[in-house]
Amino acid sequence: MNALKTTVESKRIDVCFARLQSEGRKGLIPYVTAGDPGPEATVPLLHAMVEAGADIIELGIPFSDPVADGPVIELAHQRAVSQGVTLADVLLMVAEFRKKDNVTPIALMGYLNPIEIMGYENFARRAAQAGVDALLAVDIPPEDAKTLLDPLYKEGLETVFLVSPNTVDERIESICSVAGGYIYYVSLKGVTGAGNLDISEVQSRVEHIKSFTSLPVCVGFGIRDGASASAISKTADAVIVGTALVKELATHENDHAAGCAAVAARLAEMRTAMDQ
Amino acid sequence: MSAKDKYNQPDARGYFGDFGGQFIPETLMPAVQELSEAFDKFVGDPEFMEEFDKDLAHYVGRPSPLYHAERWSRMLGGAQVYLKREDLNHTGAHKINHAVGQILLAKRMGKTRIIAETGAGQHGVATATVCARLGLECVVYMGAKDVERQAANVYRMKLLGAKVVPVTSGSQTLKDSINATLRDWVTNVDNTFYLLGTVCGPHPYPKMVRTFQSIIGREARRQILDQTGKLPDALVACVGGGSNAMGLFSEFIDDKGVKIYGVEAGGLGVESGRHAARFSDGRKGVLQGNRTHIMCDDAGQIIESHSVSAGLDYPGVGPEHALLHEIGRAEYPYATDDEALQAFHDLTLYEGIIPALESSHALAYVTKLAPTMNPDQSIIVNLSGRGDKDMHTVAAIDGMTL
Ligand SMILES: Cc1ncc(COP(=O)(O)O)c(C=O)c1O
Repeated sequence: MNALKTTVESKRIDVCFARLQSEGRKGLIPYVTAGDPGPEATVPLLHAMVEAGADIIELGIPFSDPVADGPVIELAHQRAVSQGVTLADVLLMVAEFRKKDNVTPIALMGYLNPIEIMGYENFARRAAQAGVDALLAVDIPPEDAKTLLDPLYKEGLETVFLVSPNTVDERIESICSVAGGYIYYVSLKGVTGAGNLDISEVQSRVEHIKSFTSLPVCVGFGIRDGASASAISKTADAVIVGTALVKELATHENDHAAGCAAVAARLAEMRTAMDQ
Repeated sequence: MSAKDKYNQPDARGYFGDFGGQFIPETLMPAVQELSEAFDKFVGDPEFMEEFDKDLAHYVGRPSPLYHAERWSRMLGGAQVYLKREDLNHTGAHKINHAVGQILLAKRMGKTRIIAETGAGQHGVATATVCARLGLECVVYMGAKDVERQAANVYRMKLLGAKVVPVTSGSQTLKDSINATLRDWVTNVDNTFYLLGTVCGPHPYPKMVRTFQSIIGREARRQILDQTGKLPDALVACVGGGSNAMGLFSEFIDDKGVKIYGVEAGGLGVESGRHAARFSDGRKGVLQGNRTHIMCDDAGQIIESHSVSAGLDYPGVGPEHALLHEIGRAEYPYATDDEALQAFHDLTLYEGIIPALESSHALAYVTKLAPTMNPDQSIIVNLSGRGDKDMHTVAAIDGMTL
């Protein structure tokens, strides 16, 4: 009974990309940090993002030292951590979200230490029970991921990995050999929220990565509005947007409803631009 | 001892047993691998090592003396205490050893921009110093709180031509300056070399920094044999990230008769929670590129450390120390702020040597250890730095402003 449940649910990401393909559309994947700007803001925000056109959600696990993130998302982590939001709380939020939405895939994105402290097997079991679909642990290289991956696979969870502009072919190959769900191509050298995109460069890299894998390739870092989302979605299977949304939440830190509305408006703009 | 029984860590992928590794985002992986390859290549190159040795001799001022602190030994009433005088190095601490090594590597790799983190400012000063000598751009990240606490070192770095960037995120101390430096590196990987200040971070840093610091242990071994005709009975060094300690310990690990003690910062006392005693009150976890002993809460969030000495004020520790602790080869006691201050004053008064507050933690442990030993036994303690930089801190504690 339990095994059946996980195999069915672990397909949410596959089902999502199959649906997108049949509709001739590209995916839109928003990132927000769980518990930002406050713990009670997250579940309503997740629903609002789905409403506004999100296909998959990347939900950040708050961490005290988010080294791969730029200043905007770093502050989101700080806001959540300072309000005591833990990995266990994040799993409760996902379970709460699942009561009303059993379709939209959720990938948790975060750093290894909270997961290591919870214990890999314990985490995998609780995440699967909560209705999580995938994990992107930013700071675990594929070579070292086996002890983490095995318990995740056992629970039917997917593991998303990053590929960056300077990842050599040998590594792309080893990353693709353990990755599941989708590949996250980081379109810029830098942290989240950095610089400007070179669209044609992204295009050729995405095509190159696709020669190694049949997984969907999603592109993130540097996408901030309808125009950039639309341009990237010409080549990627989905676009990932984080900093631009988190900025809205920070602007409306003390008015969660307004923050939520601003995020939804941003996503709707991107959705429209991408679907044109 | 056969070759296979010899201590030989880390493995090819940077693991010291279960500790170490490369826990970094993929965006950094190519840079770290490039560094690892360059290090492996040049450390086996006699020309490179010759240049390194030459700089250590003529620029740093090595070998540093091994000094028999006779008067202090007598007062302690036990073992003979020998001080490895890293405080006499150029810039006043052991940090210059690995800075000289890493800058030579950066030059060989064709990097034109050097970045570094710093806590107390000693590593920042050492980095700015070697950059000035080679005319390389230097950016030092420093927690905003440390910028305030260590104004003199900030000024020194500026005089040396470095740009000091205050880091305002998180606890605004060493841990956060490392985060900021890593972020800079991800963004500017092509021309930038991260000159890391201790045996932490992802592989190859723990091995590389140890290699460049191991000159301390090689000299000390030769010097103690010259002076006493036998190996020491014990080694004592303070452990922040653990670079001065590994520099001394690494040459004695296979000598089972030599006891090894790494002294952590006990801050206001381990019960108070305000300390940096990662082995007494920490756990296994992953921080800033490696698996090691860290201070974190039940949810995995890193806890802010505390110590009177900025150089020991860090919630993680070098992964090799975690291994030495696990296999029981080394012990990791702690000294509190008060104990370290007492030792600071004692050495100053009885030997005419003003030690750094970091090194004073090692000295504080020696005051407990030496009396349990015999006068025909010896202890080598690593005097990792001089106390000039700590004048303001100690004066303030004694109720004076300078
Ligand atoms: C004099 C001195 N000793 C020790 C340390 C601690 O570092 P480590 O444990 O890497 O030797 C520092 C760091 O700033 C220092 O300045």
